[in-house]
Amino acid sequence: MRPRIQLLSPELIERILREAFELLMNPGVRVGSAVVEQLQSAGVEVHDGVARIHESLVRQCLASVPRDFYLYNRQGEKAVHYGGDDVHFDPGSCCVQMLDPETLEARSSETRDLVRIVQVAEALPQFAAQSTAVVCTDAVAGNDKEAAPSAIGDLYRLFVVLQHSDKPIVTGSFSAAGLQGMIDLLAADSGSPEKLRQQPRAVFDVCPSPPLNWSEFGSHNLLDLARAGAPAEIVSMPLAGGTAPVTLAGSVTQHAAETLAGITLHQLAGPGSPIVWGGAPAIFDMRTGGAPMGAVETAMLNMACAEVGKHLGLPTHGYLVATDSKFVDAQAGAESARSAMLGALTGINMISGAGMIESLACFSVEKLVIDAESIASAQRLVRGIEVGGETLATAMFAQTGLSGEFLKLKETRALFRQEQHIPSPVIDRSARGSELPSDIFKRARTRVDELVSKYRKPTLPEDVLRKFQAIVAREADRARMAAR
Amino acid sequence: MPDQLFGAMLQSIVDGAPDKAAELARQALAEGVDPLEAVNCGFAVGITFAGDQFGCGQMFLPDLLASAEAMKAAISVLEPEMLKRGSQREALGKVVLGTARGDIHDIGKNLVATILSASGFQIFDLGTSVTPEQFVAKTKEVDADIVGVSALLTTTMAGQKAVIEALDRNGLRPRVKAIIGGAAVTSKWAAEIGADGYSRNAIDALELAKSLMSKTTAHA
Repeated sequence: MRPRIQLLSPELIERILREAFELLMNPGVRVGSAVVEQLQSAGVEVHDGVARIHESLVRQCLASVPRDFYLYNRQGEKAVHYGGDDVHFDPGSCCVQMLDPETLEARSSETRDLVRIVQVAEALPQFAAQSTAVVCTDAVAGNDKEAAPSAIGDLYRLFVVLQHSDKPIVTGSFSAAGLQGMIDLLAADSGSPEKLRQQPRAVFDVCPSPPLNWSEFGSHNLLDLARAGAPAEIVSMPLAGGTAPVTLAGSVTQHAAETLAGITLHQLAGPGSPIVWGGAPAIFDMRTGGAPMGAVETAMLNMACAEVGKHLGLPTHGYLVATDSKFVDAQAGAESARSAMLGALTGINMISGAGMIESLACFSVEKLVIDAESIASAQRLVRGIEVGGETLATAMFAQTGLSGEFLKLKETRALFRQEQHIPSPVIDRSARGSELPSDIFKRARTRVDELVSKYRKPTLPEDVLRKFQAIVAREADRARMAAR
Repeated sequence: MPDQLFGAMLQSIVDGAPDKAAELARQALAEGVDPLEAVNCGFAVGITFAGDQFGCGQMFLPDLLASAEAMKAAISVLEPEMLKRGSQREALGKVVLGTARGDIHDIGKNLVATILSASGFQIFDLGTSVTPEQFVAKTKEVDADIVGVSALLTTTMAGQKAVIEALDRNGLRPRVKAIIGGAAVTSKWAAEIGADGYSRNAIDALELAKSLMSKTTAHA
């Protein structure tokens, strides 16, 4: 039996959907001009940029969403299953700050940081996918004529990750214009646009703006992704009490309305194109005005939003395993491990956020390896308790009698690796006086260094690399022209 | 009697009760209390108290917003009489606010506007996704003391830099002070782009604005 946790009753989910459909009619949803014509030809009333979308159209669009799909690795193997109760994790994304392990200060993130994160995540089986984890401020500085303009920062990050990883990638574009370059890059890696369609390597996050607003950029993005057939992941992020109703149920309802609207825009443009019911909902901190990602209520929101998506039979995503602490400390560990467990028990298909501190403002690669241990524990937990043989215990007692010599049994040797998660030395189980540093941060630093030193960069064919470079150069030129 | 009335005024602000605050303002006018005194000895004390309570964690943002609403209600009752008497409450300073180009997230900016306005600053709110040119034009038009640019997204933070550069190009600084805020903004970023200040939240923004005004006055 797979252990699971459920916050919402089926009745409450139906009520959430009922009210979400009501919201889509009144007050309606703000939409970008790019999607107005398409909505109108589907019979939707759009006035002053506000669309009133009827439940029947939404239901019709929901029916064409694939119930599941896969992301593939570079070798063409299925590596991430979006659908059912399968749970995967990827590092958090789009930080601009990196925690310096020497000074413990946050500094601007650079290309070398992104490479290091990718190298570490590549080695850890806990991460089924990579993410474009940090913004490379060195490469996209803007003033430097040699640097890529910041307008292609999204493309550049993907370029870096593709060169260093074979895993699937969770990414996203910063502008409507930037998306095509990213898709071209992925197609060059896959071999052809057709191959990329058949075996997608990446999923693109696309965000509405709370409350109930699909901006020009977001609308455009949905449209382009649907037409390209590239998997999209809606990341609706209501802040309960700030940009959404203060009650968790109210925020889940807003999330549902925003996501249903997004799915409608998307499926109208490309019926059958893969899309994920995702989100990064959080509560609104009534002292700081921030979004506390480590709060248990934030985890509850993510769980409840995913439950609504699962009720509709859709692939799901959430933002967990992050902390509000500015350091990699006990708070960071407690908050991240807790939400990793909760997300896994909910059966969320893709859980983003590992490695992040300071409420998503900063990334720590040391935290990433610690989070990997929490994730491994969560993954172990959801495997549940399995029956290892014909009998539970009597057959083994038949061999040992009362001697207690279980360590010698062939069953022990055969089964302990699947019964127990064997942690890396990041987790200290040694006796006092051992050589391991008593501080987990120090152990994490050592682990990061080890993983990086063992890392081997994938060898990409010369012609693929040349195609990559040509696309980046082309997009940089385009962005420079646009900036003039 | 006024002492008791002032006490009730303070309480109406702390309670975040706009109806009560307006009623007390009308009562003050009926009793012939100087409206400016009603503000300075009653309502404004309440706002300061609320700010302090927020600062020490006893009050929260929704409480603070309610206090600001109550303040607004009281001022709108008293304002016509103040105008008549020519005893307009002197603005602490003129502040132009907006979110950076491309950024439509205005919750933080709105909080700052509310808190500064309730505390006596005159606010010119340009709304969301404001271009550097719009910031410059408004700053010139109203002869602003402070320009505040908010950016939530890491991708729109560059817009803050663009505003500061535009203010510089137009020769408006250092007289006009530029301040920035937003979830991803840090003091380091503020220093990097040459901002005159940054704050983590709306109450700190009030302190920042006040201190910048005292510097402005000292220079003048």
